[in-house]
Amino acid sequence: MMKVYVPADAAAIAVGADRVAADIAREGRMRGIAVEVVRTGSRGMAWLEPLVEVETPAGRVGYGPVGATDVPSLFDIDFLAGAAHSRSVGLVEKIPFFARQNRLTFARCGVIDRLSLADYRAHRGLAGLERAITLGPAGTVEEVKASGLRGRGGAGFPTGIKWQTVAGAQTDQKYIVCNADEGDSGTFADRMIMEGDPFSLIEGMTIAAIAVGATRGYIYLRSEYPHAIATMNRAIEIARAERVLGAHILGSAHEFHLEVRVGAGAYVCGEETSLLDSLEGKRGQVRAKPPLPALQGLFGKPTIVNNTISLATIPYILAEGAQKYADFGMGRSRGTMPVQLAGNIKHGGLFETAFGITLGALIEDIGGGSASGKPVRAVQVGGPLGAYFAPHQFDIAYDYETFTKADGLIGHGGIVVFDESVDMARMARFAMEFCAIESCGKCTPCRIGSTRGVEVMDKIIAGQDVAKNKALIEDLCETLKFGSLCALGGFTPYPVLSAMRLFPEDFGAAPDLAHAAE
Amino acid sequence: MATTKTWNEARARAVIDDHRALEGPLLPILHGLQAEFGYVPEQAERLLADELNLTRAEVHGVVSFYHDFRARPAGRHVLKLCRAEACQSMGAEANAAKLLTRLGMGWGDTTPDGRLTIEAVYCLGLCATAPGVLLDGQPIGRVDAARLESLAEEAA
Repeated sequence: MMKVYVPADAAAIAVGADRVAADIAREGRMRGIAVEVVRTGSRGMAWLEPLVEVETPAGRVGYGPVGATDVPSLFDIDFLAGAAHSRSVGLVEKIPFFARQNRLTFARCGVIDRLSLADYRAHRGLAGLERAITLGPAGTVEEVKASGLRGRGGAGFPTGIKWQTVAGAQTDQKYIVCNADEGDSGTFADRMIMEGDPFSLIEGMTIAAIAVGATRGYIYLRSEYPHAIATMNRAIEIARAERVLGAHILGSAHEFHLEVRVGAGAYVCGEETSLLDSLEGKRGQVRAKPPLPALQGLFGKPTIVNNTISLATIPYILAEGAQKYADFGMGRSRGTMPVQLAGNIKHGGLFETAFGITLGALIEDIGGGSASGKPVRAVQVGGPLGAYFAPHQFDIAYDYETFTKADGLIGHGGIVVFDESVDMARMARFAMEFCAIESCGKCTPCRIGSTRGVEVMDKIIAGQDVAKNKALIEDLCETLKFGSLCALGGFTPYPVLSAMRLFPEDFGAAPDLAHAAE
Repeated sequence: MATTKTWNEARARAVIDDHRALEGPLLPILHGLQAEFGYVPEQAERLLADELNLTRAEVHGVVSFYHDFRARPAGRHVLKLCRAEACQSMGAEANAAKLLTRLGMGWGDTTPDGRLTIEAVYCLGLCATAPGVLLDGQPIGRVDAARLESLAEEAA
């Protein structure tokens, strides 16, 4: 039986992967060739999707992007043996975009059958969980602390410290909550890991449960990700049946029960306290801190709330050792970050790399510049609440502290590229509009200020009292920044002010702007 | 293809009972009701308040907070267009404006024949194959203006 690997990642399906998988199976039957189509995650090279792979003695050979009409000709040239075709991309792991990565968290994504626990085990899966059971709770927490892992959701808080706080709390019930409410535009790492290597998240959460003494966990997964929901639910069923979850984890005395909960389209629920209220069945409104969720979280009980990528990285740290993970990175940013190259970019996708690479290298060398071929004018780093950067700043190193110093943030690792056709005043207006649409309503500056911000931006775009209105935006941003409980109101000033400062020509009273406002 | 059914208390009770034992059951129940009826009928809010020992204001507050829950039935097909930054960088706003103008619709509207509802969504995670849309739950990437027109046309 020849194996053919086709991604079941939503982004691959969005460009035809399901149809290609079905066509390959049918064509094989017609030709009397025994073909098994294995559905994997994505390798993260979006411009090559659907990327079809076959096993050869030299390694996996790829063909992409495979269109509907390519399948018969692939059989004609005997692609099952790795023969050359107009869609050949050669050895997949030799493609420069792939070869330059440090794939730790995403090592299995795109490689294994995403729903085969046997495949998962064969690729070092569950080795971390086994070691955590041997180390015990305190030893496991120490290992996570030593790795230097920081929250990959955006805040960058040391994961081990959070775990230690929850471990030390005395209570009858603790929870592990995975924040899979990946709402930032330009990000899809959580989606990719859940669709491509769901057992890594299950394993990471189970290790967390053992480390802090929690017995229940929830994955709060956004409704915009129907494929991730289906894959996670299926993986949890399999893990239960195989005793990776449940009453006696891998035969030990540890117990952990895990469930997926589906969000309902509120961006603000990616903020951890809103998420907890939403899980409790309430409006997703932000809570004031303290009390910290680590001490009074879900239903008032001590709770770990970690991002999907943080949790999916835990198995690597436990399996390979904290030091091996910490050896990657720079300064206080240890390990790797799955950078997501998105928007108007030639080679978009997921690029897992050690911290320290420059922004310019990511966009130009790795990403190949804009998809349109026009010059890159601006990039937004860190989602809708992240700052814009201009090409003259591209030598900045990708690291938490360096970005903070530059009045930006790396957030959840998204980078959205815009070519010269972008109107930055429109983007600043959109940042305010998005804040208005998604505000939970708790803090006045965010609830009302964002709507006022849209109105003031409209005046600037119309060329009305520009200097006065720009001063008003600066003032409003100051209020938003210091008068909001969470990052939605607090960080909306980043894209607004960076756009205004870096691209003043778009905020002037130039005659063409009145035209662009139509 | 979305299904819309008329209010049926017995079916609503069955959905509630399926999820009652969960911790924090309200959101799973609301998703269940919307899957059953195609929207969250007003009668359901009253029933939920009784069954979960909440006030109607609390239930309505939750239903109206989340973008997903509809107060009215949607069309037979639901086309969700991403309006977030990554899709904007590839021209999504202009494509959407063109389509909505041609159909004489606004965001969230349904065609008069009940065929198609067009909704805004902020990120589908298809940012490296932008612009992205979700048609009846199926993701579609690299949707340029012409493709968008034909998707809207063919959803019959």
